[in-house]
Amino acid sequence: MAKTLEEINKKIKNGSVVVLNAEEIIDYAEQNGVKKTARDIDVVTTATFGPMCSTGAFLSFGHSDPPIKMSKVWLNDVPAYAGIAAVDVYIGATELSETEDMNYGGAYVIEDLISGKPVKLRATAYGTDCYPRKEIETYITLESINQAYIFNPRNVYQNYAAATNSSNKTIYTYMGKLMPNFGNITFSSAGQLSPLLNDPYYRTIGIGTRIFIGGGQGYVAWQGTQHNPGKDRLANGTPSGPAGTLALIGDMKKMNKNFIRAATFHGYGITMYVGVGIPIPVLDEEMVEFLKVKDEDIYTEIMDYSVQRRNKPSLGKINYKQLKSGSIMLKGKKIQTGSFSSYAKALEIANLLKSWITKGHFLMTNFTAPLPWDEKVNTLNILSKEEL
Amino acid sequence: MITRRLILNFPEKIVTKPITYRLVKDYDLQFNILRAEITADVTGKILLEIMGSKNKIEEGIKFLEGEGVSIQEASRDIIVDKEQCMDCGVCTSICITQALILDKNNYRLLFDKDKCILCGFCQNCCPVNAIKLNI
Repeated sequence: MAKTLEEINKKIKNGSVVVLNAEEIIDYAEQNGVKKTARDIDVVTTATFGPMCSTGAFLSFGHSDPPIKMSKVWLNDVPAYAGIAAVDVYIGATELSETEDMNYGGAYVIEDLISGKPVKLRATAYGTDCYPRKEIETYITLESINQAYIFNPRNVYQNYAAATNSSNKTIYTYMGKLMPNFGNITFSSAGQLSPLLNDPYYRTIGIGTRIFIGGGQGYVAWQGTQHNPGKDRLANGTPSGPAGTLALIGDMKKMNKNFIRAATFHGYGITMYVGVGIPIPVLDEEMVEFLKVKDEDIYTEIMDYSVQRRNKPSLGKINYKQLKSGSIMLKGKKIQTGSFSSYAKALEIANLLKSWITKGHFLMTNFTAPLPWDEKVNTLNILSKEEL
Repeated sequence: MITRRLILNFPEKIVTKPITYRLVKDYDLQFNILRAEITADVTGKILLEIMGSKNKIEEGIKFLEGEGVSIQEASRDIIVDKEQCMDCGVCTSICITQALILDKNNYRLLFDKDKCILCGFCQNCCPVNAIKLNI
C-alpha cells in the first residue's frame, strides 16, 4: 500500500518513523524483499560531500553612516560582485584573492565567515546624493551582518565522468592531479548514496524540497545550471554520466565548517566542498526499486582529460564498485583510482540527517514544482550576430 | 637483517664528496636510493632505504655522522593532518606504494608510514592541504 508524505510526517512527529540511509536500504531490501521494505521503511537518507565550483553566498552588510552604494567590493582582498543593491554582494567560491592568488579566494572567505572569523570589508563607490560615501574599510563577522545565504547555481550532480590522462605529462584539472600515461583515475560521486541516483526520475525531489546543506537546513531552489535530464539511462533509471542538477539555497548562519569546506585544486583553482543531504520518502514499491540501487549498478564513463577540447574521448564505461575498489584494469594496465568527493563524509551526513528525522527535528516536504524534463545542455558557439 | 628508512642531509662542504658507497664497502650494507636532491642552498638530501644487520647499520650511521652528515628517520617526515583531512581519498589514486588507502570498513583515510617512500606526489593533490612533506 502506498504511503503519503503526510502520513510519514505524522510518524516523524510521534516518533515512530523508520529511517535508513541509502547504503543500509540495499541490504534491507535484499533480505526482506521490496514489498516488506516498502511497508517497513518510511524514509531513506541520501547525501554527498563533493567539490562544487558553482557555489557562492549572498551577503547583506547593513548600512554605514553616512551610507554608501558599494560599486566595487573586496572581502579579505577577494573581489565580490556588487552590481546589485547598495550593500548586497555575491561572493563566488572560485574568485581568487588579488594579493594571495591561488592561496586564498571566495570559498575561503565563506569558510572564514562560517568559522566566526572577522573578515576585512573594503568598498569603493561613485557617491550619490542619497549615498554620499565613496569608500569604506571595516571588519565584519557572520553575526554582525544581516542576511547571509549560500546559493549554489548548481550542485548534487546526478553522476559525473571519471578522469584520466593519456599524455606524457602530469596535468592539473578540476578532476584533480592526473598523472601521466594513465597514472591514475579520479572520480566524484557518492554513487549508491548520491541523492539523484536514488531518485533518478525526480519523483520526490523537486523545487521546494527541504534538504540538509552545510550543517543546516535549506531548500532546492530551482533546477541547477546544465540540468540535462535527457541523458541516456540504464534500466534502473541511472544515467551513465552528468544528467540532472539542483540549485540550492541555505542559511549560512546555521552552517558549520565540518560540512562546508574551502579547497584548492593545485594548478587549477579554488572550489568549495558543500555537504548536502536529501531524504527520500519511501512512498511505494517503485521507490524501493530505485532506492536499492548499489554501486555496481551505477556506471560512468572514463574520459581522457589530456584532450583540451569540449568533447573528450571516452575510454569506456565502469561502475562505482570497481572505481571504489582502489584500482581497475584499463588497456591491460592496473590503474589506481581515487575519489575526491568524500564517501565517509557523505555517510556522516546521511546518518546525521537520519537522526534529525528520527528525533523529529526535520520534516519531509512535498515539492512545490517538479524539476523540468524539457531542458538540455547547449554549447557556446563563436558566431557573428548575423550567423545566429 | 633489518630495513630502515633514513634521510641523509649533506651540508654544503661535503655535498660533492663520495661518501655513501662506503656503507657497502666497509659496513656490508645494501641500500636503495628512493629520492635524492640538491636544494638551492647547496645542501644535499638523500632518502635511503638501508638493509643489513642492526649493528652494521648503527656503525654505518656513526660513520656518516662522523663525516658531517645529519640523519633523520624518514617515517617522521610525512604528516597527514587528520583534523584537516576530509577522507575523500583522492591521494590514494596517486600513491604508488599504497601507503595511503581508504579503510574498507569506514572509508576513512589510512596512512602506513612503513610503505611510504616519500615520493611527494600526494602533497599537492590534497584539496585541503592536509598532507605535509618535509624532506
